[in-house]
Amino acid sequence: MSTERLAVRKTYKLYVGGRFPRSESGRSYPVTTAPGGFLANAAMASRKDARDAVVAARKAFPGWSGATAYNRGQVLYRVAELLEGRRAQFADEVRAAEGLTKRDAAGAVDAAVDRLVWYAGWADKIAQITGAANPVAGPYFNLSTSEPTGVVAVLAPHDSSLLGLVSVVAPVVITGNTVVVLASETGPLPAVSLGEVLATSDVPGGVVNVLTGRTAEIAPHLAAHMDVNGLDLAGAPGDLAAELETAAADNLKRVLRPGAEDWAAEPGLTRLTHWLETKTVWHPTGT
Amino acid sequence: MTGSGISSAFSYAPAPESRAVVDIAPSYGLFIDGEFTEPADGGTFKTVNPATEEVLCEVSDAGAGDVDRAVRAARRAYERTWSRLPGRERAKYLFRIARILQERAREFAVLETLDNGKPIKESRDVDVPLSAAWFFYYAGWADKLRYATGGRTARPLGVVGQVIPWNFPLMMLAWKVAPALACGNTVVLKPAETTPLTALLFAEVCRQAELPPGVVNIVTGAGETGRAVAGHPGVDKVAFTGSTEVGKAIARQVAGTSKKVTLELGGKAANIVFDDAAVDQAVEGVVSGIFFNQGHVCCAGSRLLVQESVHDEVLDSLRRRLGTLRLGDPLDKNTDIGAINSAGQLARIHELANAGEAEGAQRWSPACELPDQGYWFPPTVFTGVSQAHRIAREEIFGPVLSVLTFRTAEEAVEKANNTPYGLAAGVWTEKGSRALWTAARLRAGVVWTNTYNRFDPASPFGGYKESGYGREGGRHGLDAYLALDGLDHDGGTGPGLDHGPGVDLEDAR
Repeated sequence: MSTERLAVRKTYKLYVGGRFPRSESGRSYPVTTAPGGFLANAAMASRKDARDAVVAARKAFPGWSGATAYNRGQVLYRVAELLEGRRAQFADEVRAAEGLTKRDAAGAVDAAVDRLVWYAGWADKIAQITGAANPVAGPYFNLSTSEPTGVVAVLAPHDSSLLGLVSVVAPVVITGNTVVVLASETGPLPAVSLGEVLATSDVPGGVVNVLTGRTAEIAPHLAAHMDVNGLDLAGAPGDLAAELETAAADNLKRVLRPGAEDWAAEPGLTRLTHWLETKTVWHPTGT
Repeated sequence: MTGSGISSAFSYAPAPESRAVVDIAPSYGLFIDGEFTEPADGGTFKTVNPATEEVLCEVSDAGAGDVDRAVRAARRAYERTWSRLPGRERAKYLFRIARILQERAREFAVLETLDNGKPIKESRDVDVPLSAAWFFYYAGWADKLRYATGGRTARPLGVVGQVIPWNFPLMMLAWKVAPALACGNTVVLKPAETTPLTALLFAEVCRQAELPPGVVNIVTGAGETGRAVAGHPGVDKVAFTGSTEVGKAIARQVAGTSKKVTLELGGKAANIVFDDAAVDQAVEGVVSGIFFNQGHVCCAGSRLLVQESVHDEVLDSLRRRLGTLRLGDPLDKNTDIGAINSAGQLARIHELANAGEAEGAQRWSPACELPDQGYWFPPTVFTGVSQAHRIAREEIFGPVLSVLTFRTAEEAVEKANNTPYGLAAGVWTEKGSRALWTAARLRAGVVWTNTYNRFDPASPFGGYKESGYGREGGRHGLDAYLALDGLDHDGGTGPGLDHGPGVDLEDAR
């Protein structure tokens, strides 16, 4: 009598500071397929986990923002390479998370890989699009360049567990920011697996930190955190967005409001430029 | 102030600029839809010359109903005229305004000095010429916007509510109004409570330029009027320059709306002097960095970070130079330091300076006689300041310099960045690689290396962190007044945009 092999299940944890901790709270929540079948118990991040993630992101910021743009581009391209090699796994996870057909799930993964490649190419070009040599009326050399805003908290969209996630995270990090991303609440598993891809690529620990859990519980802590510089409300529940934007005003976070997004479309520049600050340097000319 | 040495041997005779060039009416209405009108509830307030406490005139206090009238006038002008004009026609109006500001430059300079208290040499040589230059610069953009947007479709936002401060009244008006109009928006502007007069004279300029009624509306008043402007549901975009506290209140006020916002707020800029700096030039830069416009400058270099090995040399030179500054009648062409803008601001400067002494820093001012009338504060230097002192952390917005020291470049950068603000910074060194290394690490929107307090309409200005967001000046300054979200490949605009009847801006309509 032959028995079907029993699968070895994966434990889905958080991804913070380059490590995979469980929630310090010890909590988890069941993640199901669209029809309601059990998939896994995901970690349910706490306020303390969110704060730890911000600390990790802040610690990683000087190194990552100080890396050359060429280097950041190569690192993100490397992520695309590794994701490409795990397309089948991610297609299964995305299919389970979003209830897509096999073909649509594979298409979403392919689009996510392509999105990473697209953003990787921006690393050493965006400054040339956003910068300027300014012809001031005086004997001065005057140059505007763009620099990363700092630590950005991102509420990933709920309906697009991998493509949406990549579409909001890649522009933050390619411009030299570090990120704390709260994964899709209903479909968090692809985000945790993406953390595994990041951990085995060349992304320094702390540059991308992935939390799973309840958006309504964690988002207010990130929005009010005084060491977070930017807030992407892509996945903010409609009734919570205004409240989060209000909390973000305490230290004047740069806020990207939620909007109707087509994650399959070419993104444009908004998500790149929103996390950049313009610095203008003057110097006299003369002998 | 009497100087020492040469300056006392050859003392300056008074050289006052004539007031005859300005004609101040006893009272002013609100400028709405091209006409001066009375406020609905008849409220008024007085504006005074801070150098003498003389009442200059009465100004209308706009209530919520008046702001509503102004917004509706701006909306009509936006829909019927301004957003439908070809860019080249908008450009010509702005060029006209620039020319009229140049033609009436002396009148604006004297009026600015009377209402604000700043030295005439600054209003004459900085505020007014830069204001004209700002209109001239943005006039040229009005019919070239599609070249500025990186392939994205450019659309105006609609009605823009603008609230500006008292430190550079006309110049802040120009920074706000010129790019807004160039991009096809119409404007409701609230000048500061204590400095409304040049804005009201600007209304006269709009009429001379035959700007269509309602394109620029000017509502005078205090904080309540500003809140009404920022909070009006008919305002599509809010642009504010002022305190970080009010900036945060505006950010909360617009949360959950579709309004765009740009904020240019406070600062606590560090001016870093390395041991290899050219000391005389550095001291000149430190002096203009903090004592220009009585220190009423958001990007003022209010923290001097001096390398320990040259501390004494720099401070000796600084004290010597401060001994030659002339404080007094702002209309006198030789005056370096004018009046503090208001009694309220003077009280705040006193409070923080007293806190500096109480917390243990050493206070010094040159021998200096203050006029009996008006609001005055002597140039003041605090040494022995620690990073924990209030005078090292809080924006004083007055002629008060806090001196701190450092040993290494890393320490200088760490101290310079140790503030919630991030508007500006200065670096003084003769070594190019060190200047660039330092400039790259300062978390500030403007870095002046071997110079300070330079402004130009082609140069973007604005802050990091709690100094606000958005840029004014240059191509970057257009972003604040355009809807840019759309991709150009399909000729459409981006998702989630609803700007009412807004029109695509085209050059050659």
